[in-house]
Amino acid sequence: METSSPPCIELERVSKSYGDLTVIHDLSLRIHDGEFLTFLGPSGCGKTTILRLLAGFERPTTGRLRIRGQDVTGEPPNRRAVNTVFQSYALFPHMTVFENAAFGLRMRRKSKEEIRVRVEEALRAVKMLSFAGRRPSQLSGGQQQRAAIARAIVNKPAALLLDEPLSALDAKLRKEVQLELKELRRKLGITFVFVTHDQEEAFSMSDRVAVINHGVIEQIDAPNVIYETPKNLFVARFVGEINVFDGVAVSQNGKVLDARVEGRPCRLNAGERRYAPGQKIKTLLRPEDIRLEKANGETPDGLFGVVADTVYKGMTIDLIIETDGGKKISATEFFNEDAPEAMFEKGERVRVDWVEDWEVVLPDDGA
Amino acid sequence: MKRSLKAAYLTAVYGFLYLPLLVLIAFSFNDSKFLVSWKGFSLRWYASLAGNSSLLDAALRSLALAASSATAATLIGALAAIALKRYRFAGRKALSASLYVVTVSPDIVMGISLLILFITLNLPLGFLTLFLSHVTFCLPFVTITILARLSGMDQSLIEAAADLGAGEYAIFRLVILPIAMPAVMAGWLLSFTLSLDDVIVSFFVTGPSFEILPLKIYSMVRLGVKPEVNALCAVMFAITLMVVGATQLLMKEKR
Repeated sequence: METSSPPCIELERVSKSYGDLTVIHDLSLRIHDGEFLTFLGPSGCGKTTILRLLAGFERPTTGRLRIRGQDVTGEPPNRRAVNTVFQSYALFPHMTVFENAAFGLRMRRKSKEEIRVRVEEALRAVKMLSFAGRRPSQLSGGQQQRAAIARAIVNKPAALLLDEPLSALDAKLRKEVQLELKELRRKLGITFVFVTHDQEEAFSMSDRVAVINHGVIEQIDAPNVIYETPKNLFVARFVGEINVFDGVAVSQNGKVLDARVEGRPCRLNAGERRYAPGQKIKTLLRPEDIRLEKANGETPDGLFGVVADTVYKGMTIDLIIETDGGKKISATEFFNEDAPEAMFEKGERVRVDWVEDWEVVLPDDGA
Repeated sequence: MKRSLKAAYLTAVYGFLYLPLLVLIAFSFNDSKFLVSWKGFSLRWYASLAGNSSLLDAALRSLALAASSATAATLIGALAAIALKRYRFAGRKALSASLYVVTVSPDIVMGISLLILFITLNLPLGFLTLFLSHVTFCLPFVTITILARLSGMDQSLIEAAADLGAGEYAIFRLVILPIAMPAVMAGWLLSFTLSLDDVIVSFFVTGPSFEILPLKIYSMVRLGVKPEVNALCAVMFAITLMVVGATQLLMKEKR
């Protein structure tokens, strides 16, 4: 979806090194206007560095950076039309919530009246108007975070940069704030660039997620695409639980790949990839796509195993299956209240299958 | 039992700290020429202190010297601390290490080396040389005090200010300085007291034209402590208490 107007943020072949250590490798990316983009990755993958490059706290070693079509590669943070919500919130401890929120407008030499109107509007948007006179030390973690968001959005930035802003909140509050952030983005229409290591958080809020590893974007797509068709094993393993079966390609005809998976002949959907006969492959399946049936001796083919453990989760049951080959598989089954006898018990022998076509086949890259 | 033991311990500690001061204040009201015997309450030493213009002049000079050198040391020290914290420049490590050297070098060495310096530079010994010396030995204490405060400051506060459009000067004036303020005041007070009671360095770098209080008292007690000195010390103690109290109050209001 390319439009004629420039993207909100554009990174062109950006890399960043500290001495011999390169943390961002040749990164190119366009962030669209009004988009909610999340950088997702393990700690130390470089996702926070990307955000700091956008904010201007770090300068790229090579490459260009544009905000609304304007080259800002060499510009300091105070001359960039983006604002950051810090992980530690970084509220000024000697100022009230109002003064904190007014800081950016004061720096832009707005009139007192305009500052008052806009700060009140921003504080109202995050439901902090009644705390305007408080100091940060008199606020709870969640309130401090709202104040930090108000301080950033009051400047009407081209993009709001959020550096793991929810990591200090407890699980319940985090869910609430996630929904509120989404709602806030809709209301304000500002581009949000979010950084997190929490896959659930990334998926529940974002339009697109960029999975980062070792300073490289492994995959950038809508959350459902990343979950359902991961481009490689790293992405597959990082986002949610997944079962990985080893196999070897035998012959391919279009998308249909005949292969041996865990030593048994299988017909797989290879998608757009091509495999040479004898090439090692991995077949990936989410636990919820695994289907189990009780082994009754009539079906000799397929993959068999024994239920090693069952974990009751309320709506679902997680089953750990140990295959005859000694591999541990996890499968999620919905609890069937109408037929409790159909449930599997520990020690039971089962045949493992999956919903046809839902498997993801990847070349075995040794990972 | 345990409780009374604790109370006794506390009394002993505070007694050790404050008894000498109390004795001094009490004897400043003693109607006797000698220190050891109590002859009844009197304000005569305060009266005679008020009449002793040379002692009062020395006290005023000392206060002026302490106030001016503390102020200069605090200004320079605050800037030094911010520079050491905020910027990376050649010689930063050496500068930072040299601060600690000054704090631990013996006063006598400092006094003599400053004296040699002033003589080499042909500076007349007096207020100027005292001022320069006091600024010198106060400076590292101010810098270290403020540096400690700044080290405890969240680095992202500076980034947040820059992110919101603040330039270097605005960051300094609106973020760093207000946060460092308690340490700046503490540094000033520390310098003030260090300067006020310095004997050794001052002994070397002052001239006959400019007599300051600690040296005056020192020369007076060589002929035996006069109760007048007790009165003077009591007055100075009261002034110190008031200054400390006032700062505490100011800080409380700011919070």
